[in-house]
Amino acid sequence: MAAVAISAAVENRPGQSHAVDVPKAEARKLSFYYGAFRALSGLDLVVHENCVTALIGPSGCGKSTFLRCFNRMHDLYPGNRYEGEIRLFPDDTNLLAPGVDPIEVRMRLSMVFQKPNPFPKSIFENVAYGLRVRGERSGRVIADKVEVALRSAALWDEVKDRLKEVAFNLSGGQQQRLCIARALATDPEILLFDEPTSALDPIATASIEELITDLKKKVTILIVTHNMQQAARVSDYTAYMYLGKLIEFGRTDQLFIKPKNKQTEDYITGRFG
Amino acid sequence: MAYARDLTAIRKLIASHKRWDLVFACTGVLALMVGVLTFTALFVDMAIDGVPRLTWDFFTNFPSRKAAQAGILSAWVGSCLVMVVTAVVAVPLGVGAGLYLEEYAPKNWVTDIIEINITNLAGVPSIVYGLLALGLFVYQFGFGQSILSAGLTLALLILPVVIVATREAIRSIPIGIREGAYALGATQWQVCKDHIIPYSSAGILTGIIIGMARAIGETAPIITIGALTFIAFLPPSPVTSEPPFLNFEWLTSPFTVMPIQMFNWTSRPEAAFLQNAAAAGFVLVLMTLAMNGFAIWLRYRLRKNLKW
Repeated sequence: MAAVAISAAVENRPGQSHAVDVPKAEARKLSFYYGAFRALSGLDLVVHENCVTALIGPSGCGKSTFLRCFNRMHDLYPGNRYEGEIRLFPDDTNLLAPGVDPIEVRMRLSMVFQKPNPFPKSIFENVAYGLRVRGERSGRVIADKVEVALRSAALWDEVKDRLKEVAFNLSGGQQQRLCIARALATDPEILLFDEPTSALDPIATASIEELITDLKKKVTILIVTHNMQQAARVSDYTAYMYLGKLIEFGRTDQLFIKPKNKQTEDYITGRFG
Repeated sequence: MAYARDLTAIRKLIASHKRWDLVFACTGVLALMVGVLTFTALFVDMAIDGVPRLTWDFFTNFPSRKAAQAGILSAWVGSCLVMVVTAVVAVPLGVGAGLYLEEYAPKNWVTDIIEINITNLAGVPSIVYGLLALGLFVYQFGFGQSILSAGLTLALLILPVVIVATREAIRSIPIGIREGAYALGATQWQVCKDHIIPYSSAGILTGIIIGMARAIGETAPIITIGALTFIAFLPPSPVTSEPPFLNFEWLTSPFTVMPIQMFNWTSRPEAAFLQNAAAAGFVLVLMTLAMNGFAIWLRYRLRKNLKW
C-alpha cells in the first residue's frame, strides 16, 4: 500500500526534472565525529542547483547530523570533528576547511529548523534580523527585502497588517513560514531544511511542501525528512542513509520506483524502519 | 483482568491511597503555616508598636537623644545611597560574569572550579565579607568608613546571587532560539546582545532585585567596616545646581543605614526608643517587600511575550 502511494506521489509531482542539473555543492568522503563517536562515515553526495535534494532514513541514521555539517552548526558545541570536504560551487570553497569561518558559511547557507523557532520579536524584526546581522542599516532596503521574503514564503498577505506584532501570536504553520522567510531574506545559496514539517499539522505541512516546490526556482534546497511520502512529493533527488552511511543516492523517481539497493527497497516499502 | 473485575476492592484501594494525599496535604499546609504565620506575627507586632510613630517628621528628622524627636533621615538616605553603589557595581560585574560563564567560557575543569566557587561564595557568612572589606576597601584602598566601602562590600555579597540568577535566566532560553540566530550568521556577541540578554533580562532583573533586597537588610558587614550608629548630617548631595551637576563627594562620606539605626535603638533601655526601632523595622520590611513586589511585577511584564 505504502509503495503504491509513494509511486503515485512521485509521478504526480509538479515542476519535475531539469534538462541538465548543475552541481551546487558536493560532499566528498565526509565523516563526522561527536567526540569519539563516528556519526557519519565517508559520505559522497552531490547537491544540484535549483533542485530539491531529500535525505531520508530511519531515526538516528545521521541525516540531521549531515545537514548540520553544511552550515557548520556542529562548531557551536565542543568536541565535534569533521573529516573530508563539502565543496560549494561555483567558487569551489571547502566549507569545512579550518580556515573558513563558520559565520561566513552561515551567511551563505540558511537553515530552517524542525520546530519553528521565531525570535520573541515582531514579525518584521524576525525577518529583518539576518539583514541586520549583515550590517544593513537602510530602513528602506530592509523593509523591501522583508516584504520580498515574506511574499516568497507565502506569508505576506496574512501578516502585512500586523508586522509589528510578536511572532508568537502566529499559528505553528505561519511561524514555520516566518522562519522560512527569515532564512530567505538574506538570499542564501542553499536552504537547509531540518524536518521542517514534523511539528506541524497536515494542512500546514501541505502549505510548506507547496512552498518548497515553489522555492526551488530561486534557491537550492536540501531537506531532511522522516516522511517518505514527503520526500517523494517534493524532491528531485533522494539520498537514503542508514547508520551514518549513504546507502543509495539517485533521482527520486528512480530511487523510489526502482531502488538499486535491497536495504533502500526494504525501507521505502515499509518492511524496515 | 482479574484485578479490574473486582470494582469494590479497587474503590477501597483507591480510597486508602487517597488518604495519603490528604495526610501529605495537611502536613504541607502546616509546614507552610509555620513560616507564614511567624512572619505575619512578627510583622503585625512590629506594625502595632511602630506605626503610630510613622509621621512625616520621623522620615525627615535626624536621630536624637530624645526619642520623640528622633527620625530616620540619615538612615534611609544612607541606605538608598549604599544601594545605588551596590547596584552600579554588582549588576555589570554579575551579569558580565554570568554571561561569560554561560556563553563564552570553554567547558573544562577551570570553569568547573570557578562554578563551584561561585556557589560557595553565596554561602559565605556576611561578616566574613565585612572583614574582607575592612582590610581591603577601608584600609588597603583607603576608601575609609564610607558609603563607597559599604556599597562595594554589599556588591561583593550579592555578586554570587546576581551571577547565579543571570546564568539560570540564560539557561532557560531554548536552544532553538540560539541556533536560529547563529544559523543566520550572527557572531557570539550579536547573539548575546540581540537575543540572550534581552530574553533573559526578566530573570536577571529579578535576581538583581532579590539580591538588593537582601543587601538592604544586611547589618553585620556594615558594622564591621565601621558605619556610624549616630549620625546627624547628610552626605553631600549627588546633584548640584552648577555644572557638571553631579558630585561624587557623597561616596566618601560617613553614613549609617536602616538596620544599624534600628539596632542602635533596640539597644537603648527606654521604651520610646524601642518604639522607634519598631517603626524603622516596619519601614525596612516595607522597603524589602516593595522591592520584591517590583521584581514580581517586572518579571510578569517582561515575560509576557516569551512563551516557552
